[in-house]
Amino acid sequence: MLTKRIIPCLDVKNGRTVKGVNFVNLRDAGDPVELAKRYSEEGADELVFLDISATEERRKTLADLVLKVAEAIDIPFTVGGGISSVDDVSILLQNGADKVAINSAAVKDPNLITELSTAFGSQCIVIAIDSKQIEGDWKVHLVGGKVPTELDLFHWAKEVERRGAGEILFTSMDHDGTKNGFANKALSILSELVNIPIIASGGAGTISHFTNTFKEGKADAALAASVFHFLEIKISTLKQTLSEQGIPVRI
Amino acid sequence: MKEEIVIIDYGAGNVKSLEFAFNRLGKEVVVTNNPAIIKNAEKVIFPGVGHAGSAMQKLKEASLQTLIPNLKQPVLGICLGMQLLCSKTAEDDVKGLGVFDVEVKRFTPEVKVPQMGWNTVSNLKSPLFKKIEENSYMYLVHSYYAPICKQTIASSEYGGVYSTALQNENFYGVQFHPEKSGKVGAQLVQNFIDL
Repeated sequence: MLTKRIIPCLDVKNGRTVKGVNFVNLRDAGDPVELAKRYSEEGADELVFLDISATEERRKTLADLVLKVAEAIDIPFTVGGGISSVDDVSILLQNGADKVAINSAAVKDPNLITELSTAFGSQCIVIAIDSKQIEGDWKVHLVGGKVPTELDLFHWAKEVERRGAGEILFTSMDHDGTKNGFANKALSILSELVNIPIIASGGAGTISHFTNTFKEGKADAALAASVFHFLEIKISTLKQTLSEQGIPVRI
Repeated sequence: MKEEIVIIDYGAGNVKSLEFAFNRLGKEVVVTNNPAIIKNAEKVIFPGVGHAGSAMQKLKEASLQTLIPNLKQPVLGICLGMQLLCSKTAEDDVKGLGVFDVEVKRFTPEVKVPQMGWNTVSNLKSPLFKKIEENSYMYLVHSYYAPICKQTIASSEYGGVYSTALQNENFYGVQFHPEKSGKVGAQLVQNFIDL
């Protein structure tokens, strides 16, 4: 039986791991390769690296990091952050990334999704969507959630699926950093609407939040950062608890 | 000189991760599309990700489509590599290399497509699964699958039971990614080395 995935997310800047609370105040939580190994040994099903560097050398730094991670771990990982072309994706996949996450570049040029899925296959193209509610409507946001667009979350999700995305990483900016639980209502609508896997992101604070996002949010995977980085939730305990509650997980 | 293990690099696979998987077990590998080196290798890995149509095209451009099905040493097809070893695939309506006598089909929309994540492997039947327990987890990501057939050596369940591994004499195929399947995957890689 296919299991639900637990995915620690490592925000990296200039080769180091950081995690923002609501994407603003950054705290250093260590070396990404060491963290990746630790998570892999603790039972993480997959890892996501989001690069938030803004330097000129960022592409090379990220490609180097991907190579080191691929060498060190034997579970799949996704890389995201500032990826905007077929060439960007090509180097990351060649260096051992399993999937890439595209966010703003896909909104600016939706045809990029088509190009990428044609070139590399849907299985490695994750579309990351940051969204929050504006007067009750879920709107897609850019630049780490700072810039609102007119794009409706659900229309956009449908379109990325149609263009060949293999998976959606949905982050609710209303929930991210709050530790009050995932956006399960929006997640369950998304999960019914599209026929590709959905990763829930934003709001993890307790083990029951994970249970709820799988049961109520119908998510295929759940992503979190600080609760794992600062050992507030141990992955092994989390998966054991999920299993006891009847949610299929890999133990 | 006879090279021990060769990974076929025809521009359609995550060969770096595979290479690292062997390196972690203390094995060096040769990554090449050179037909002579592939032919003389002790063992051959045939990877593949992406689309069946373009992968088969690249295989033909590298003049490997007749070499591969005639190899005599142990060959391991992984993911799309396994599917291309089948007789036919519904993806891009591609004729396969015909090593496995089964036609690859697309998952129906009752399940999410692609299947992405860790699934159990069962009914394990080959030395490839030595020391691997029934219902171990392997990492899979795919939209097409090989149905159960005479050459099935392991099965998984996703909207129905399908072949998650195949074997025909010296040819082995796995739908999952052993290089991404943690310790269990590493055991499978070791088993292939030990064949």
